[in-house]
Amino acid sequence: MSAPAVAAPAGASVFARRALRHPSFMAGALLSALVVAAALLSLVWTPWPPGDIDVMRKLQPPSAEHWLGTDAFGRDVASLLLAGARNSLLVGTVAAAVGLLLGTALGLLASARRGWVEEAIMRLTDFTFAFPALLSAIMMTAVFGPGIVVSIVAIGLFYVPVFARITRGSANAVWSREYVLAARAAGKGRLRITLEHVLPNIGSVLIVQGTVHFALAILAEAALSYLGLGTQPPQPSWGRMLNDAQALLFQAPRLAVFPGIAIAVAVLGLNLLGDGLRDLLDPRLARRR
Amino acid sequence: MKLFLLKRFATLVATLLGASLVVFLVLEILPGDAAQMMMGPDAAPEAVAALRAKLGLDRAPLERYLAWLGGMLTGELGLSHAYGSPVAGLIVERLVLTVPLALMAMSITVVLALSAGVYAASRHHRAGDVGVMGLTQVGIAIPNFWFAILLILLFAVHLRWFAAGGFPGWAEGPGPALKALVLPAVSLAVVQSAILARITRSAVLDVLREDFVRTARAKGLSRRAALWSHVLRNAMIPVVTVMGLQFATLLAGTIVVESVFYLPGLGRLIFQSISNRDLIVVRNCVMLLAAMVVVVNFVVDLLYAVIDPRLAPSDT
Repeated sequence: MSAPAVAAPAGASVFARRALRHPSFMAGALLSALVVAAALLSLVWTPWPPGDIDVMRKLQPPSAEHWLGTDAFGRDVASLLLAGARNSLLVGTVAAAVGLLLGTALGLLASARRGWVEEAIMRLTDFTFAFPALLSAIMMTAVFGPGIVVSIVAIGLFYVPVFARITRGSANAVWSREYVLAARAAGKGRLRITLEHVLPNIGSVLIVQGTVHFALAILAEAALSYLGLGTQPPQPSWGRMLNDAQALLFQAPRLAVFPGIAIAVAVLGLNLLGDGLRDLLDPRLARRR
Repeated sequence: MKLFLLKRFATLVATLLGASLVVFLVLEILPGDAAQMMMGPDAAPEAVAALRAKLGLDRAPLERYLAWLGGMLTGELGLSHAYGSPVAGLIVERLVLTVPLALMAMSITVVLALSAGVYAASRHHRAGDVGVMGLTQVGIAIPNFWFAILLILLFAVHLRWFAAGGFPGWAEGPGPALKALVLPAVSLAVVQSAILARITRSAVLDVLREDFVRTARAKGLSRRAALWSHVLRNAMIPVVTVMGLQFATLLAGTIVVESVFYLPGLGRLIFQSISNRDLIVVRNCVMLLAAMVVVVNFVVDLLYAVIDPRLAPSDT
């Protein structure tokens, strides 16, 4: 990539100028903005009320009235897609935030205290890795029943060890820097060093990982909702729409296309954004690629 | 080397125990009264009490946990509440589908990812590289169950080459059974290979910059020969690590993909057991999947030593 050879001084305008010239960042930002705009728009306006059932108008092809046609219950597909964006963003934001906050806290603690605290936290993360997000979410729905809250919590909890590991690895590197040594010599406590030196220096890593896991959470929620274990009707959800569409694959194949594109656009946008941020926030990495 | 193996093995056992504890806590202690949960809120109290006694829920938690561990070692996993047959039998019945499916998907992943990754690296910054990397971005963003539905649309609805789902079993020879697994395996593999191709590309690029590759090229080895004889083996460490992690995602993915294709595999068994509130089956299936993940990553750890002898620890 065409990042400058020397790290530019961190300034908002410099960052903006480099961001504007970064193709994958711009593409990602655009796609993500599109999804956010769809979600915001659905709060105030949708072509039709997304939950409105009109069996007389079921399975209509795209028209001026129903841009993307209607589904088996006569609901307007375009409206459902707009409202579904809200759902995906909600799940992604909360799940990534849960993982990020708890995981970062644990990772920082492990890195600041070392010794048995670090060992205990890391061993704990070891065996939670045996449960991929989807498996841990399914385990939770077996106990608490299906639903959007359960899936958000389950996905978020699975990300806690992931963020704990990432944070601890990056934080340990910061702790061995000379300026941290100087701060310790000056008598600063562990908590102050963590907040003043460690956290700001690992911020970019966390932002990038947060974006990537945001995307992964959207995928996980879509899969859970497809299985009927995530978002429950009548709440519109892209995964659920795909489940409904599969039963009608022979009559109305188009119903299976739009929600998938919506998921792919949201995830692609966030991933590109994450890639772009990684390059922009850490020019050293950008040059190696 | 022996000491290393012993240590790794001890970690493996500890991780498996930890995972089983998590499963036990979540699926046995967290629900409170598992018998009530399995029979639903409207069940007669006597029936719930009878089931509670049958499941041994009146015993102390530690005793139940140890009994379950013992059961896993001997294969005595109890009876499924919904099916009324032994859980172990149910699981084995489903594994004959899920294991071949996972292996098939993993093989497709490896072939696709390595060829795409190495190709992209060898065309670094040229059209081929940019094209492959763009495709992988799209591949990562596509949910595997949606890709599965698209495959059904194309190959079952339009072209009619494959059935839209179902599994004929192995009784009529491997031909029809393998054919039924092709689309599910491909839909699992595409997303995985997109990720692995990116890892492969950057690993190969990293090694290509090493001094020994320059030396090999200076000796007169062609780019291709250097790639095959020097680069690939050295680039395999990160690739194999990610492969191990991907196997976990792939196993979890079977839960969804088996549902898309109505395949009677382990994933579908978990899904159905959740609908049936059959906690005993869920618990054992989840544990089995988790154990597979842990064991595969253990094998990956051992593979490091085979790939790169420098990483093989000595006993001194």
